[in-house]
Amino acid sequence: MFSRFPEGGLIDREHSFSFTFNNKKRTGYKGDTLASALLANNQLFIARSFKYHRPRGVFSAGSEEPNALVQLGRASFSEPNTKATNIELYDNLNAKSQNYKLSLQFDLLGINDKLSPFLSAGFYYKTFMWPKLFWEKLYEPVIRSSAGLGKLSGYPDPDNYDKGFLHCDILVVGGGPSGLLSALVTGRAGARVILADEDFRLGGRLNSDREEINNQSGQEWVAQTIAELKSLDNVRLLPRTVVFGNYDHGIFGALEQRPDALPGINKKPKTVLWRIYSKRSIICTGATERSIGFGNNDRPGILLAGAMRTYLNRFAVKPGDQVALFTNNDSGLKTANDLADKDIAVTVIDTRPNQGQNTGNKYHDYIAGGRIADVRGKKAINSIFLTDGKSIKVDSLAVSGGWNPNVHLTCHKRTKPVWNEKIQAFVPGENLTDGMRVAGSANGLFDLSSALLSGIAAANLALEDLGLPTSQHPDFETSVEPTDITPFWYVKEARSRSWIDLQNDVTTKDISQAHDEGFRDVEHLKRYTTLGMATDQGRTSNVSALAIMSERTGKSISETGTTIFRPPYTPIPIGALAGRSRGKHFRPTRFTPSHRWAEKQGAVFVETGNWLRAQWYPLEGETHWRQSVDREVLSTRDSVGVCDVSTLGKIDCQGRDAAEFLNRVYANPFLKLPVGKVRYGLMMREDGIVYDDGTVARLDENHYVITTTTANAVLVFRQLEFARQCLWPQLDVHLISTTDGWAQFSVAGPNSRNLLAKVTDDFDLSNEAFPFMACANLTACGGLKARLFRISFSGELAYEIAVPSRYGNSMMEILMKAGQEFNVVPYGTEALGVMRIEKGHFAGNELTGQTTAFNLGLERMVSKKKDSIGNKLSERSGLNQPDGNRLVGFVPLDKNKQFNAGTHFVSRGKEKNLENDEGWMTSVAYSPTLGHTIGLGFIKNGLNRFGEIVHAVDPLRGNNTDVEICSPHFYDPDGGRQRG
Amino acid sequence: MIIEHPLLGPRDAAEFVYLGDASLIDRPDWDNPDGDKEFFEYLYLRDNPEGIHRELWYHEQGDRSWLVVTRNTLTHEILNVELARQVALAMGR
Repeated sequence: MFSRFPEGGLIDREHSFSFTFNNKKRTGYKGDTLASALLANNQLFIARSFKYHRPRGVFSAGSEEPNALVQLGRASFSEPNTKATNIELYDNLNAKSQNYKLSLQFDLLGINDKLSPFLSAGFYYKTFMWPKLFWEKLYEPVIRSSAGLGKLSGYPDPDNYDKGFLHCDILVVGGGPSGLLSALVTGRAGARVILADEDFRLGGRLNSDREEINNQSGQEWVAQTIAELKSLDNVRLLPRTVVFGNYDHGIFGALEQRPDALPGINKKPKTVLWRIYSKRSIICTGATERSIGFGNNDRPGILLAGAMRTYLNRFAVKPGDQVALFTNNDSGLKTANDLADKDIAVTVIDTRPNQGQNTGNKYHDYIAGGRIADVRGKKAINSIFLTDGKSIKVDSLAVSGGWNPNVHLTCHKRTKPVWNEKIQAFVPGENLTDGMRVAGSANGLFDLSSALLSGIAAANLALEDLGLPTSQHPDFETSVEPTDITPFWYVKEARSRSWIDLQNDVTTKDISQAHDEGFRDVEHLKRYTTLGMATDQGRTSNVSALAIMSERTGKSISETGTTIFRPPYTPIPIGALAGRSRGKHFRPTRFTPSHRWAEKQGAVFVETGNWLRAQWYPLEGETHWRQSVDREVLSTRDSVGVCDVSTLGKIDCQGRDAAEFLNRVYANPFLKLPVGKVRYGLMMREDGIVYDDGTVARLDENHYVITTTTANAVLVFRQLEFARQCLWPQLDVHLISTTDGWAQFSVAGPNSRNLLAKVTDDFDLSNEAFPFMACANLTACGGLKARLFRISFSGELAYEIAVPSRYGNSMMEILMKAGQEFNVVPYGTEALGVMRIEKGHFAGNELTGQTTAFNLGLERMVSKKKDSIGNKLSERSGLNQPDGNRLVGFVPLDKNKQFNAGTHFVSRGKEKNLENDEGWMTSVAYSPTLGHTIGLGFIKNGLNRFGEIVHAVDPLRGNNTDVEICSPHFYDPDGGRQRG
Repeated sequence: MIIEHPLLGPRDAAEFVYLGDASLIDRPDWDNPDGDKEFFEYLYLRDNPEGIHRELWYHEQGDRSWLVVTRNTLTHEILNVELARQVALAMGR
């Protein structure tokens, strides 16, 4: 029976916490992990395994834990698959077991264990081949409900997660002896140092092992070192912070658990995702112990020897009165010594024929050359059986199969680890990049004295790189730590299944089977058996598995190699990666300058990219959007309407060669555009496809303002900078985006001139002084800097007036007030769209990324007298077939009928199939001006087919209409209104 | 990744937009007799080297410089960073 010693350990007995496990109240102490508190409460059986639903308990004391996964927290705060060994205990913690049906004690799916011959490696691939019907009806539902780990809460995650950036000269990963010493040496030399460790208590194995450094206890040395580190302003300590990935150029990803975040109580961020920029790094991530395969070696109460030492020394957990140790190396014997010192009866079973070097003499028994064949006790081990038939009663069993250095971070950039015969483990490879160095047991140096010296050596090398003073340290006097190991992976004589990967329920037999069936490469072995997958990534199992595989294949372990290590080192919650970028905060919302005014009017808004734009402005009594939109169109065409068009991209273009530059980036000519005039511009990609369009206004000799579509504002600017810097660097031209600098309003309709006359300061707006396509700098509202462009998207007499953005909302108010006598209306994007379709202007719907100037009927705009982007490749014959698509208009034959964009065209009398497809409808609107639906679309040879009637086929909506092909200019085709 | 901007010093790659092969600077002359072919090759044919690659990056969240970055595609080691404008001028553009 497990219990708590009445004293000792690194727990704060003054602060006891009560917590709940599977609805039972328990108590623990500040400084406990959930695992240590459960063990102290004699709760050995904690979870059911993934596949066979076997009872499992705490196996390790760190993030390598394969078994003790729990559902942490209640309701929406619930988090699955958290490792009890990693959870710092807090008051009122609530945790539950996962992966069982009915109850943990009596799991209906425990039957899977009896079906194990049927569920061995590769069972998915074999079983589910036949019969086909069984997959949907039987296999999938059963697997889905029986396999698996914890459950998501099903609610939105109410926790907050933060992100941050840190910069340092030297990042030290791991707060064990070598990490602390590296940080101390580099910190003393004045380097900016960050030390991160995933544990909430720095010290690494000095918290678990009873060691001495310079005649101090390990704990005293840790306390003293931390105190000095804390006194250094240039050193930042990050406990509870796992460094999970090494990325290019010294960048590391780290996740800090915030101790002050209390679930459901305060809104403080639960984690901080750090991006750490380091000039040099020292990896002191320690090592992870591995087990040995023997019959039923997965039973609760069987722990890794190092973990048992941790629970014994750090958490003062007594693992019963009679304990056995099964080891193939000297480090395991430390556990036996510590147990014996606590007057626990220890039986050592050492696989080595000769007694190890680290033995005490207080053991109950020492069996050299011994092997465990099997154990008894399902929900908690109660006895072990040796291969020679001897049985021993035990309360718990500690196992050590040796140690694997935690090489992960050294491998993330594809440096391969190398096999070290002496320690029987992989160590970091040579040629680490970006100034990375490895020290301590992460580098295979398992004895304390070597670990400390390597920490100093790594620190000095990093300091030397950075030009900082190095320091000489005398040797350390430490307790002697023999580390001899004789490889021993599994007990061949075992009669029961011997587990290698506890999390994925992979046994020695599964590995043999993979070998026999040809899945011998480590990557195949992993995928066939699922070994090394899931939340622990096989940290206690991978090396043992490939050792067994290499034994089967006859290759060396070195030749067998490891699977590729990829970030993250431990699972990182998606919420932590998302940080605050969730929901509405996923990306910024851009408001137009008149947004506040529009909101007051009760405008309905639409998202266009990041922008929120007024879609229409419903008036009281209007119940359908069409009522509002039709009214806005008719009022504009009848008198005057105002629309915020600030979202269009605006680029200021200046320089002696600005005209030449524009001439090269637009397809149509620009050298002769006079000052005070605006010209439409068509922009192509280099492949001859239409990219964007807009207007170019020449405000002065060397000053142009160009506009882009809302959607392409950023891309066009990028492309123009490319052209300016990379293609024509000799041109004297400069660009700056002024999209956010100017609020711009379209004032359209027959009364637009009269309205603007009331707003502008003494400016002659007459047709003679300021004709169609004129532009000017002027002032408005008594001195406000403004720009006026006489351009029209609606087809009406129209202007666009621009004022500095901060005056945008006021300008909208002033225009609406001044326009009262003309019954001015504000109009939204919907009316804007209706009017442009009536006028036959193309827009985003028509620019599909496959549309050429020819398709749009604008091929004559592409000047052949000059070079311009896309000019050459727009001449390709495939883009200029005589029967190619042309943009034309469509009206329903029966004017009461409607159709939708996306409808395809088929000639009359032809079968409605893909082969007879002649084009498609791109934009459709109800035209309140004409009183029926109109459409724009592409159809083969369209310009020569006006008057022809074709089928408009919409199989998706089941709507087939006959439509007549016509000019796309439905409204005022000769343009008299906009010139008036 | 960190890109050593010639004017601004080390900057995080997240501030940049990647375009591709720096050969895009070498735009053919419009009126070459073989212009069709040259533009086709310029636009569509790229090397895809394993190792050293010269490529264009745009400092969009910064000073809007286009840069020519010489990068090892295997190791992501950055060997050289130049202002694309200087490279283009040196090429006689």
